[in-house]
Amino acid sequence: MDELVATMTGFARTLRAAGVGADHERTQNLLKALDHLDVTDRDEVYWAGRLTLCATPADLPRYDRCFAAYFGGMKARQVRTATTSVTRHLAAREGAGEPGGDDGTAAPATASSIEVLRHRDVARMTDAERDEVHRMLAMLRGGRPLRRSRRFESAHRGVLDRRRTIREALRKGDVARLRRRRHTTRPRGVVLFVDISGSMAPYAETLLRFAHALVRSEPRTTRVFSVGTRLTPVTAELRHRDPGTALNEVSKAVPDWSGGTRLGEELREFLTRHHARGAIVVIASDGWERGDPELLGTQMARLSRQAYRVIWVNPHKGYADYQPLTGGMRAALPYVDDLVAGHSLAAYEELSERLAHA
Amino acid sequence: MLGRTIRATDIESPAKLVELLDRQAYLADEGLATAAFLALRMGRPLFLEGEAGVGKTELAKALAALLDAPLIRLQCYEGLDAAQALYDWDFARQLLHLKAAEAAGVTDVGRLEGEIYDRRFLIARPLLKAVETQPSVLLVDEIDRADDEFEAFLLEVLSDFTISIPELGTVRAATPPVVVVTSNRTREVHDALKRRCLYHWLEHPIFDREVAILLRRLPGCTETLATQVARAAERLRHAGLVKPPGVAETLDWTEALLTLGATELDPGLAAATLGAALKYREDVAAVLGNGLLGHG
Repeated sequence: MDELVATMTGFARTLRAAGVGADHERTQNLLKALDHLDVTDRDEVYWAGRLTLCATPADLPRYDRCFAAYFGGMKARQVRTATTSVTRHLAAREGAGEPGGDDGTAAPATASSIEVLRHRDVARMTDAERDEVHRMLAMLRGGRPLRRSRRFESAHRGVLDRRRTIREALRKGDVARLRRRRHTTRPRGVVLFVDISGSMAPYAETLLRFAHALVRSEPRTTRVFSVGTRLTPVTAELRHRDPGTALNEVSKAVPDWSGGTRLGEELREFLTRHHARGAIVVIASDGWERGDPELLGTQMARLSRQAYRVIWVNPHKGYADYQPLTGGMRAALPYVDDLVAGHSLAAYEELSERLAHA
Repeated sequence: MLGRTIRATDIESPAKLVELLDRQAYLADEGLATAAFLALRMGRPLFLEGEAGVGKTELAKALAALLDAPLIRLQCYEGLDAAQALYDWDFARQLLHLKAAEAAGVTDVGRLEGEIYDRRFLIARPLLKAVETQPSVLLVDEIDRADDEFEAFLLEVLSDFTISIPELGTVRAATPPVVVVTSNRTREVHDALKRRCLYHWLEHPIFDREVAILLRRLPGCTETLATQVARAAERLRHAGLVKPPGVAETLDWTEALLTLGATELDPGLAAATLGAALKYREDVAAVLGNGLLGHG
């Protein structure tokens, strides 16, 4: 029997290496299931494992491969994906600091100059102009659409609160008045992914400042992750009141500035360890996927099934001739509800508005 | 049947369960039979996922029939809450009772309270009913339609099959009901819930099995017709339709053809009855336009 335990634990380990979530509890379930079956019957072992260790249709082909490899007498080789970890620290911001081409003046902003700035691409601004835009971003206060929660509160209008009515009738001896109740509401959650890879470098700081404004206005229901070659949660860092301090903290927390983007893998990790159920998901990226676009597609499909709405912010979308041609963008597009621009203050204001009424 | 009731623990192997399900006119393959067998033996919920119409709900019905147990169904929908899933107090009868007591001159609040929160004023909804009824088969249908908060709540009930009612006490199932949870996978269900369950992904049946299902379920069906319909269904499933037909639809379609007296699938009749198999106007148009119904 101990041999069986060792065999099955080894099998579960093989599955985990292949990306199936066959954890300890599930392995225990497999052993319990085998109590009722014939362990010498290959088919029954196959089904017992498949029924207890798998959790999604995506697990099934992996399971089949592992089963064949493991019980075929050979262990499936652990596939290690080569991860290029580029850890250039904050080098991204240098690229963003180049003076703009057409209009390089650093005059103090006036109402009309803000109007002009509002629609300019932040990647093509001078430092002073960008600072002005960032000051405006810090003032952004969007609302959130509400979702109904399961809790009730007493209200003047709504459905009959029978429990309270009957309690009161008991106390007073008669139904003096009908009590009513209705569902309370909660702001819908937002999950924001900010691409901080090399190709997004000119927009990374502005995006993070936008993220800061979001976290500051809805601290309890906003989650922010940086994506590049690694998924890093940065919500806690962004909670600082001062945007400068918050961004400093983020830059310390994020190990992969200005590398490539492996959004598919990162979304998979997100979906394994976190969730986006009922949330509005915002992905800010140009879709230059260095990983497998097919993987990105499948992860986007999973994400879109969980999420209430998926909004993709692409800085290049602000240009009339933009076409979603990058491999990643094309793979992701079928699962995106809104593809919006993200290059100018006006675009961020619009995004904020969109979040408030999603 | 055998003249005696079959208990879950009497079924000694998946093969035996295949045989028992067959008597209920439900043809299960080895994987599904093993899944259902383990669910019965381990007392764990069976989580069935798959496209609409592959026979998820039918399995629960067949299990209930073979165990001679009532099928208790909880159809999930957005906004489903505890009062609709668990229990509710019969407000109107409680009030009537209070009025009657008042008329009789009863003023002891403590006594009145004990009386109106009595079991007879409690309306059992599916989950409580399943815990109270033994044996029973609980079908939680289309869990993906309910809110995610409801999943957490369901997980709690499925973990220990106890339901506590503040005014009345705790109701516990001596032997847990057989539970079948189905999902059409319109959204991902939380991993914690799946972890409690045996997970089975149901595919459309292979060609031979579909023919067998048609013949088993529709007594008047000829082998030629069953073969032709199954072959057409297989083609339709690979045609990239909005809603490919499931077994439920092929059964409906064949029944429609039989009603019209067909003994084989000729294109004219097929086109006339296509609405039984395809439920989207675009799909019907695509199929008729591409001549996908041609002779099989």
